[in-house]
Amino acid sequence: MFSRRAFMIAGAQFLGFAALGARLYYLGVVQGDEYRVRADKNRVSLRLIPPVRGRILDARGRDLATNRQDFRVFLVPEQAGNVALTLDRLGRIVQLDDRDTARLMRQIKRQRRFLPVTVAQGLNWETFSRVNVSIPELPGVVPDSGMSRAYPAGPSVAHLVGYLSTAGEDEIGDNPLYQLPGFKIGRQGLERQYEGRLRGTAGTRRVEVNSVGREIRELPGRQEATPGEDIHLSIDLELQNLAAEVMGEHSAGAVVIDVRTGEIVTLASSPSFDPNDFALGISQANWSALMNDQRKPLLNKCLTGQYPPGSTFKSVVALAALEAGVITEETEFFCNGKHPLGDHVFHCHLRRGHGRVNVSQALSKSCDVFFYNIAHKLDIDKIAEMARHFGLGHTLDIGLEGEKPGLVPDRAWKRAVLGQRWNLGETLNVSIGQGAMLTTPLQLAVMTARLASGRLVEPTLEQRAYGGDFMFGNLPVKPENLAIVRRGLEMVTEVGGTAHDYSRGKGKAKLAGKTGTAQVRRITRAERVTGVIKNEDLPWEMRDHALYIAYGPVEAPTYAAGILVEHGSSGSKVAAPIARALIDRAIELENGTVPREGEEVASVPAMLRPQGEVS
Amino acid sequence: MRGASRMFGPSRVNKSLWQRLRGLSWSMVLVNLAIACIGFAILYSVAGGSLDPWASTQMKRFGILFIAMIVIAVVDIRVWMALSYPAWFTCLIMLLAVEIAGAVGMGGQRWLDIGPMRVQPSELMKIAVVMALARYFHGRDFYQSRRLTSLIIPAMLILIPAALVVIQPDLGTGITIVGGGVAILFLAGLPAWIFWSAGIAVAAAVPIGWQFLHDYQKNRVLTFLNPESDPLGAGYQITQSKIALGSGGLTGKGFLEGTQSQLNFLPEMKTDFIYTVLAEEFGLIGGLILLSLYMVVLTYGLLTGIGSRSQYGRLLAVGLSCTLYFYVLINVGMVMGLLPVVGVPLPMVSYGGSAMMTWLIAYGLILSAALHRHVNLAPKGSGLA
Repeated sequence: MFSRRAFMIAGAQFLGFAALGARLYYLGVVQGDEYRVRADKNRVSLRLIPPVRGRILDARGRDLATNRQDFRVFLVPEQAGNVALTLDRLGRIVQLDDRDTARLMRQIKRQRRFLPVTVAQGLNWETFSRVNVSIPELPGVVPDSGMSRAYPAGPSVAHLVGYLSTAGEDEIGDNPLYQLPGFKIGRQGLERQYEGRLRGTAGTRRVEVNSVGREIRELPGRQEATPGEDIHLSIDLELQNLAAEVMGEHSAGAVVIDVRTGEIVTLASSPSFDPNDFALGISQANWSALMNDQRKPLLNKCLTGQYPPGSTFKSVVALAALEAGVITEETEFFCNGKHPLGDHVFHCHLRRGHGRVNVSQALSKSCDVFFYNIAHKLDIDKIAEMARHFGLGHTLDIGLEGEKPGLVPDRAWKRAVLGQRWNLGETLNVSIGQGAMLTTPLQLAVMTARLASGRLVEPTLEQRAYGGDFMFGNLPVKPENLAIVRRGLEMVTEVGGTAHDYSRGKGKAKLAGKTGTAQVRRITRAERVTGVIKNEDLPWEMRDHALYIAYGPVEAPTYAAGILVEHGSSGSKVAAPIARALIDRAIELENGTVPREGEEVASVPAMLRPQGEVS
Repeated sequence: MRGASRMFGPSRVNKSLWQRLRGLSWSMVLVNLAIACIGFAILYSVAGGSLDPWASTQMKRFGILFIAMIVIAVVDIRVWMALSYPAWFTCLIMLLAVEIAGAVGMGGQRWLDIGPMRVQPSELMKIAVVMALARYFHGRDFYQSRRLTSLIIPAMLILIPAALVVIQPDLGTGITIVGGGVAILFLAGLPAWIFWSAGIAVAAAVPIGWQFLHDYQKNRVLTFLNPESDPLGAGYQITQSKIALGSGGLTGKGFLEGTQSQLNFLPEMKTDFIYTVLAEEFGLIGGLILLSLYMVVLTYGLLTGIGSRSQYGRLLAVGLSCTLYFYVLINVGMVMGLLPVVGVPLPMVSYGGSAMMTWLIAYGLILSAALHRHVNLAPKGSGLA
């Protein structure tokens, strides 16, 4: 009996061992291949090498956006175990206050556990070393010396270059590059627009990792990252800085274009912000201040601000009238300050009137009545057609997000949008750049460049190589008509013109220009009777926008500018000096009158001189 | 019987120490040594190819305990029989001491510090329960043992220590104690229907007992049932263990080349999961060799029982063989994902002294039983005058 039972136990033991052996056979031989793959997956991790982001350079190769060495510390919550304890220890080294800790804890809760959070950045070498020494007591903490974005040019190019920030949870998707600690993507401006070119291609390296993901050794087969492309802009940092300086506290936009190549040398919007603040994470207070400023510092007014062009548009209307044969150089109209139409009276900006004026005088004195008279004979669609030749009413695609198309109203537009017939009063309004007309400062600059050169100048932010050929086709207008308009614009800056150029310095180029005022409010008939309230007596947000377009030198225009100062009241007093300063400096920089380090002055090829020049 | 006599040596009852040493089953001693050496090799590998810190310590422990095993083996089995009840009581007191110390604030403490040694009373209890039961059933003939009333004392001998161990909490050791005890009850001749009904009762008690389990124990069982449900948490160990075992294949990745173990993917790899390291580096063949060695020494224990003249010797040898068998079965079954993870080391191979001590003491007793298999013990006592 005992032996029988003992043998039963022996049999049971044998069966147990047989089961273990069979299981081992099943795992190692039957499923062995699968487990070997899983073991390698465990062990070998493909790590990305982040590419160095391309720089953004100005026309002279100066850095607008660059990379600089940055010591920083990340925390991978998944590996940290006790996150609070680790943060507490780390906080004693890198100085975290309670608010920082709270913010980090919130961030850790929000995102996935394997994503690193940036605990501190911009550390000095000493602090960074102390973190490295303490690593054994700081699980999950990853010290890293990487590149961070820097904007040495600061606020003056902020709207242009934009800034970077960490990719959001929804953007990360399957892109493993975005999961790298501290990896950031372009958020605005060129940083966003050229993201694909600037980013480069990540490299890869195969590393053997242990169970907590720590690297043990690198395996062969490293593929280096391809750095991002440098973007060479046509922007000149000196002009950009000057623009910021002369615009000062104004809410304004200034665009300067090289008439010959279409290169935008200045695209400045004021007020601005410091993109470096964004690079290291902007503070809440700073952000609210930017958001709540009624002058909208975050907006690039050159592209996104749409304003009535005011009298600056008269140059286009005049050309359209000449082209249509409605007027000639000699045609005169009498201005007594008023122009009745039906039961409505249209007023000239000069209440007492300009007397008899021809087209050049009408432009130089900005006589409204002259253009009201034209409007009776010139169909709105003709005006609109000419406006489109000048780059108005559509986006110019300089490659920046948010560019607005403006608006050139015509019959079709009114029918489509408002479902109404066009009426003559509206043509009168459009003829002086009011009504539904909307333009951006960039469009004004392009319009001016086309007026100055007679060519279909296309703007660009990137440097254009000078070819052996004309860069752009001709405007579909007669050169002599263009010359008549240009003469009018020259007279603007002469004695008796609306922008008599007192600020023209000795030896500076003569510029042609045109002032503009865009009403923000409607002036009622009652107010006209009691006297129009002066702009200075109105609250800021009700004052007129001041505009100015200019090009120069008049003999052979090289630069054209479009300036807008929101609620600046007077185009001649506020906007014209900005254009003067910028064009002067642009010419000086080109001619080498202002010495530039190691620079040869390129002379302008004769073939690039503007068409229809009056000599 | 001639074959058996050749197997177990000369049959004289009272022998000199020299005769007893000569009669010792040296082949089994060598097999045990071989198992221990496999353990040293794996500990050497786990340390990344270094004797320090584990292999060297383990070798020193083994040296002492190995000599202890031989000493135990040559001591007359009547001495051990006489010490059976005292051993049980001593272990019980030690268990209570641990229990009280643990309750006083050491958490789930399982060991006592006695001088330089750390003794885990629950380990010694595994042996003591078998000894006490063997002692109890010695002298009770087969049919006497079938009476249910004679079950009361054996039940207490098993359940009191088992309960103390389980609340430590150490479920694995508790199961081993009960398993060894039940094996002896079976061998002692308890009617088979008792085991059937006990089996059914246990099955019925599972839902009730479930409520008394600690959360981590519940988790282990749940994770065992579906390890992939929590691959980074409780199922991590078993998933990683299976990956390491499976990736070893037929012949393994080679000594010191086990990537999963060398890269710390395996938790507890020098203790509970050491078999995984072996199987990863030496493959199916290495794993089977170690299992075979265990089977050889354990089968020898069973044969010793079958060949023993005294009831005490029979029950002791077979009961200890079963106790040791549970060790191996639970540990290897656990790392292979066949059994829940209950934290049982692989004796002689896992790093640590307690399991090794239990194994070598128990095997010393098996060897002693083999050496003294012809001793005819008095029905009621040790037979010592």
